[in-house]
Amino acid sequence: MLTGTELSASIDKLFALRKEIVTAFIDTFIMLGISTAVAILIGGLFGIFLFLSSDRQFLQNKTLYGVLGGITNFMRAFPFVILMIAMSPFTKAIVGTGIGPIAASLVLAIAGSFYFARLVEQNLREVPRGIIEATESMGARPFTIIKVLLNEARSGLVLSVTILCISLLSYSAAAGMIGGGGLGDLAIRYGYYRYQTEVMIFIVIMLSIMVIAIQASGNWLANRLDKR
Amino acid sequence: MNDMIVLNDVTKSFLSDRSIKDKDGKPHWFTAVEPTSLSIQQGEIFGLMGYSGAGKSTLLRLINMLERPDSGQVIIDGTDLTTLSASDLRVARHNIGMIFQQFNLMSNRTVFDNVAFNLMVAGYPRRDIHQRVMDCLEIVDLTDRAGHYPAQLSGGQKQRVGIARAIAPSPKVLLADEPTSALDPATTRSLLTCLRDINEQLGVTIVIVTHEMSVIRRLCDRAALLHQGKLLEVADVRDGLIQATTPIGQGLVVED
Repeated sequence: MLTGTELSASIDKLFALRKEIVTAFIDTFIMLGISTAVAILIGGLFGIFLFLSSDRQFLQNKTLYGVLGGITNFMRAFPFVILMIAMSPFTKAIVGTGIGPIAASLVLAIAGSFYFARLVEQNLREVPRGIIEATESMGARPFTIIKVLLNEARSGLVLSVTILCISLLSYSAAAGMIGGGGLGDLAIRYGYYRYQTEVMIFIVIMLSIMVIAIQASGNWLANRLDKR
Repeated sequence: MNDMIVLNDVTKSFLSDRSIKDKDGKPHWFTAVEPTSLSIQQGEIFGLMGYSGAGKSTLLRLINMLERPDSGQVIIDGTDLTTLSASDLRVARHNIGMIFQQFNLMSNRTVFDNVAFNLMVAGYPRRDIHQRVMDCLEIVDLTDRAGHYPAQLSGGQKQRVGIARAIAPSPKVLLADEPTSALDPATTRSLLTCLRDINEQLGVTIVIVTHEMSVIRRLCDRAALLHQGKLLEVADVRDGLIQATTPIGQGLVVED
């Protein structure tokens, strides 16, 4: 067990690091915010088209489905760390630098997009076929049918965003390796390389609290939205 | 009487499961509807009846082109739907309501919003939608359920929402695909009364698919008897009896 003096020494060490900790929090929120938003947008569109081009849907097209599915599988096959390295020329071209939270956000966004695309496809598949048919029989435009699909799948989609967000949070720790910064990076630099175990423990607890909070809000919202 | 629906030599086949091959090794095409011609009059309640696999649902779905026929014409109120562009077909569909065995209501929208949705799709004037939805819910006696979600309703209530939704844009034709097959006998009776009232009050032409003889006897003016994709005959329904004349047709209408 920790004695009183050890505990207060640990708190002193953490307090001495307060600036780094605050910066790490901000960097993590930047990475999480940008990458989740971009992944929802790109991955959402990709997932919708994956679904619509699949068998028996109104854009049914084996070639399109094959191409979209192939790209998705290929991108998902990349180990995250390798994707970061492979994408560095690309991130340099877009944000001017290969390091920092913004550059890391880009890599996270791409990895998250293709992950999310499959989740969206799967959620849309669970909407009963008859609802799409009923909407078609009314003479609805394709865009309206897509809106109906998303609305019927909304609670599953919210849970998928929750999963995406938590995955990106854990990926963002690895993004520290290319100087992405953030909590994971701090935990490795101080907690591992400098043997400051209390920093490691503190950050792991903070990350756990974040995961719990994200999951709980996702569950709450999904429940509220589910009228099935 | 005018013909509201005319089917001219419509056919439909589906590609079978890959495991089934013809003798020459080519994929097998399953014929769901052999060349069929039918005329259904304005204001009529017309039944499509037969056992499973008779092609009755496919025939119904040809009428609003949920299935596109391989050949033949589908003429609704004087317009051949097979010649229409995608956007003209959408407009034509505003004139053809449809209800389903599994109701197919949008579960994340209230009863009110389910009915209002069809009006919005049909381009109904926005400021009149509220009144029209309430009028339609009044017809099916569900005004007190307007704010409920489908999951909170019984099967019979769900089907009445389906009817309200389908008739909201004042279609000339109402297609009913096994509308009572998921309902108990008492609910079936009240639903048939509801359909009969709608037919009489609004003059909408109803085409109903069913495998239940009693539904045809209680509701329909005439019924097409179908067997293995072929139209056997169109029988009159008089005094609650189906007047079948062909031997297979007579076999079909023997009460189950």
